[in-house]
Amino acid sequence: MRFLQCNTPFATFAVLAVVTQLVLRAAGMEYCLTQLTMALYYALVVLGLCLVTGHAGQVSLGHAAFFAIGGYTSAFLTTHDFGPLPEPAWATGLKQARVLIEHSDLYGGTALSVSPWAAVVVALLLTFVVAHLIGYPALRLKGHYLAMATLGFGLIVSKIVVGTAQLGASDGITGVPEWPLGFGLTVSGRRTLRVENYYIACGLLLLTLVLLRNLIRSRVGRALQAIHDRETAANAMGINTAAYKLGAFVLSALLAALAGVFFTHYTGSISPSEAGALKSVRYLALAAAGGMASLWGVTAMSVILNYLSLRGFFGSYDNAVFGAILILIISLAPEGPLKPLGQWLRHGLNRNHHPRDETTGAPPGASDGAPRIH
Amino acid sequence: MAFLEVENVRRSFGGLVALDRVSFTVCRGQIKGLIGPNGAGKTTLFNMVSGLLAPEVGQIRFKDRTITGLKPFQIARLGISRTFQNPSLFLRMTVLENVMVGRHLRSRASFLSSSLRLPGQVREEQHIRAEAWRHLEPLGLAALADRPAGSLAFGQRRMVELARALATEPELLLLDEPASGLNTREKADLNQVIRRIRASGVTLLLVEHDMALVMDLADDIVVLHNGTPIAHGPPATIQNDPNVIQVYLGGEPDGIPPAGELNLKWTRPR
Amino acid sequence: MENGSMALQYLLSGITKGSIYAVVAIGFNLIYSATGVLNFAQGEFVMLGGMVAIMLAQLGLPLVVAVGAAVIVVSAVGCLLEITFFRKLRHHSILHMIIITIGLSIVIQEIALHIWDEKVRSLPYFTGNEVSSLKFFGAAISPQVLWVLGAIAVSVVLLHIFLRYTLQGRAMRACASNPEAAMLAGINIPNMRTLSFGLSAALGGLAGCVISPITMTHYEMGAPLAIKGFAAAILGGLGNPMGGVIGGLTVGILEAFAVSRLPAAFNDVAAFVVLLLVLFVRPHGLLGRPGGEAVREH
Repeated sequence: MRFLQCNTPFATFAVLAVVTQLVLRAAGMEYCLTQLTMALYYALVVLGLCLVTGHAGQVSLGHAAFFAIGGYTSAFLTTHDFGPLPEPAWATGLKQARVLIEHSDLYGGTALSVSPWAAVVVALLLTFVVAHLIGYPALRLKGHYLAMATLGFGLIVSKIVVGTAQLGASDGITGVPEWPLGFGLTVSGRRTLRVENYYIACGLLLLTLVLLRNLIRSRVGRALQAIHDRETAANAMGINTAAYKLGAFVLSALLAALAGVFFTHYTGSISPSEAGALKSVRYLALAAAGGMASLWGVTAMSVILNYLSLRGFFGSYDNAVFGAILILIISLAPEGPLKPLGQWLRHGLNRNHHPRDETTGAPPGASDGAPRIH
Repeated sequence: MAFLEVENVRRSFGGLVALDRVSFTVCRGQIKGLIGPNGAGKTTLFNMVSGLLAPEVGQIRFKDRTITGLKPFQIARLGISRTFQNPSLFLRMTVLENVMVGRHLRSRASFLSSSLRLPGQVREEQHIRAEAWRHLEPLGLAALADRPAGSLAFGQRRMVELARALATEPELLLLDEPASGLNTREKADLNQVIRRIRASGVTLLLVEHDMALVMDLADDIVVLHNGTPIAHGPPATIQNDPNVIQVYLGGEPDGIPPAGELNLKWTRPR
Repeated sequence: MENGSMALQYLLSGITKGSIYAVVAIGFNLIYSATGVLNFAQGEFVMLGGMVAIMLAQLGLPLVVAVGAAVIVVSAVGCLLEITFFRKLRHHSILHMIIITIGLSIVIQEIALHIWDEKVRSLPYFTGNEVSSLKFFGAAISPQVLWVLGAIAVSVVLLHIFLRYTLQGRAMRACASNPEAAMLAGINIPNMRTLSFGLSAALGGLAGCVISPITMTHYEMGAPLAIKGFAAAILGGLGNPMGGVIGGLTVGILEAFAVSRLPAAFNDVAAFVVLLLVLFVRPHGLLGRPGGEAVREH
C-alpha cells in the first residue's frame, strides 16, 4: 500500500501520458506530439535546475550551454566527415567496433562519421569535464557572483558556437542522423516514428523523475538541502559542502547535455539559439514557475509552458511571457503558484483517505515536499 | 596525554585582536568550561577549534593530530561536533531530518547508489532513521519528529541542535551557550542531559554565561578576557580568583554577571 | 610608427568602449551599495536612453532637448522600477532579486522590440558626420569619441561631487555603509534607494545617447553591456562607485586589443573570459580588499 502511494505520482504521469496520446489521436491532432516531445526533453534540463537551484540552492544561468554542449558534440561527431581515414589498425578497429560508421553524404558519396552511441558517450564525457572545470571555481561563489559566473560561461559557449564555422556558425548543424537506441527503438523525427518518440521522451523523463525523487529523499538529498538552508552548519556536520555542490551541479549539467543529445537527434538539427542566455533564463523561469524544488511542479510547468511556446501560442511575445512569468511569480508567489493549489488538492484527498501522510500521495502538479526557493 | 590542545593561538579581525596567546588543554572525559564577558573571544575560539576560522598564529591539536587548517567537515569527521550560539538548524527540514543529517558522516551512500536505491543504500537509510530516533528520544523530542524545524520554539531548537550534534557520535562536543534563552526548567533539564552526555564518554567544551550551570558542571574552567586567558582551574579556585572577580565586577561567582555588562568599567588585569 | 599608431587606435577605441562599461559599472555599484540588489537590467537603461533620444530627435526636437528628455525619461523609468518592484520585495532573498531583475531586463527588451522593432538605429553625430575625423598622434578619432569621453567624464565628476559634498549624496553614502544608523539619523532610506535607481538609470541613459552614433542602438544591446559592466564593476571592487571607472577602462582596452588578435566573432568571448578569471581568482576585485564578500553566506 505504501509502495503504491509512494509511486502514485509516477503512475499518474504514465497514465496521463498515454491518455494525452490517445486523445490527440482521436482528435486527429497527433502532429502536436512533435512539440510535446520537444517540451519533454526541455523538461529534463529544468529538472536538473530543480536539483541544483531548488534543492542545493545554487543559481545557474548557464544550463543552456550544457544543453548545447551535448547537442553540438553529438551533432558534429555524427555529421562531420572524418574520412578517408588512413588505414592503421586503430582506424579499422574503430570501424569494426562501429564507433565510426560509413554513410552516404548529401552528394551521394560516402562519408565516415562517428556513430550516434559513441557520440553520446563523448558528449556526456565532455560535459562532465566542462561542468567540473566551471563548477569547481564557480561554486565557491555565492549569490550574484555565482549567477554572473554561470551567465558568463553560458555566453562564452554561445559566442563560440556562433563564431565557429565547423559548428555551422549562425545556421547551426542540420542533417543529424537518427539514433537507433536498440530494442527496436529509434530517436528520430520521422513522422512514422512520432508516437514511438513521444513515448521514448516520456520514458526518459519518467526515469529521471524516479531517480531524482530517490536522490532527494536520501542522505545526499538531505545534505544538499542542508547546504541550501545553512551552509556553515552543514559543513560543521561533516558534509563536504564543496563536493556536494559540485556533484549536484555536474549531475544537472549531465541531464541538460543528455536532453540536448536526444533533442538534437530527434529534431535532426541544433541551432545556436539553444545555447543562448535567453534559454538559460527561460529554464530558470520554468523552474521558478514550478516552485523550484518541486519535481512535479517543475515538470508540469515546463512541459506545458514549453509546449505552448513551441506551438507559437505566445506569438512574438514569447520571451516577454517568460520574463513576465519570472517577475510575477517571484514577486507574488515565490514558492510557485502550484503550492497553494497542491495544498488545496492534498487537503481534499487527505480528508477522503488518509488523515496524515505528508510525504506521499501528492498528485502531479502538487508539490513534492515543501517547495523551497532561496 | 592531552585530548585537545590549544597552543598559543591568535586571531584578529581587521585591526581588532579577538584572541591572543591563548593556550589550554582539555583532557578526555572532562567537562571544560570556557567563560568570560561578551567579546572575550569565546565564540572565535570555538570557530577555530571547529575549523570555521583559521588561527593566524598557533596550533590546535586533537588526539595529537594537528587540526589547524583543516576544513570544518574534516574536523567533524575526526570526532568533534558543535552547536551554535544561535541554533543553526536546517529550517525547512523536519526535526527528524535535521538529526538524520547528523548521521551524514557515519554513512556513505553516494549520488549513484542513492538515485538507484541500491539494496545497501536502502538498508543504510533505515539505519540512519533508526539512529536518528535513538538520539531524539532521550532529549524528549520524539513527539516533535515530524515538525518542520522552522516551527519550533527557541528552547526546542537548542535541543534539536544538541541531538543533531550527538547523532554524529562525537568524542568531543563543543556547546556554545547552550543555556542562553532557556527557562529555569529547561536549564535544569539541560544540566541533566549534559551529565548524561559526559557519562556516555563524550568530552565537553562548554561556553556559557550562566555561572550557576558552569560552576555546577565543569571540572575545570578557563576564563577569557579581552582575548587572553586570565585564570585557569577548578570552579572553586576560579570563584575566588581576584582577577576573575575583578573582571566580573559584581563579584557574585554563582550569578549571571549584572545585565549591563557593557557598562562595567573594565580594567585590564596584568 | 605604423605599429604605434595602430596601438593608439586600439587604445582609443578601448577607452571609448571602456567608458561606456564604466558608466554601466558605476550604475551597478550605485544601486548595489544602496539596495544590495545587483541590477541585471542595468544595460537596458543604456538601450532605452538611445532609443528614446532617437525617437524624440526624429520627431524634430533639437538634439540637446532630445538627449536631455531621454535622460529624464530613463531616470523616471529607473525610479519607477524601484518603487514598483524592489520597495515591496526587500525581504526577498538574493536569488529572488536576481530573477526579478533578469525578468525585468527581458521584459524591457521585449517592450523595446515592440515599440521600436528590430531595426538598428542611431542618433546623428553630435558634430560632423561618420567620415569626419581628427588626427591624434597618427590615430584617427571621430569627434563623437570626444563627445562620449567628455560627457562621461563630466557626469562621473559631477556624480563624485554629488556623493561627496552634497547633503543628499552624503545621505546616500551613509545609507550604503550603515542603513540602520542612517535611518536613526533621520535619512529616508526608501527614497535614497529610489534615488540610486534614478541616478544610475540617468547615467545609463546619457551613455546610451552619446554612444548611439558610434555603436548604433538596438533593442538587444543591453544584456552584453550589462555583463561587461558587471565585469568592470567586479574588477574595480563591487560597491565602490569610482572603482567602476578603472574596471570599465580595463575591460574596454582589453577587449579592443583582443579584437585585434581574435577573429571578430570571438571578440566578446575575451571580455567574458576575463570576467570568469577575475571572479574565480579575485572575486573581491583588483582594487578591493579580500573581505569574503563573494564567498560570504547570504
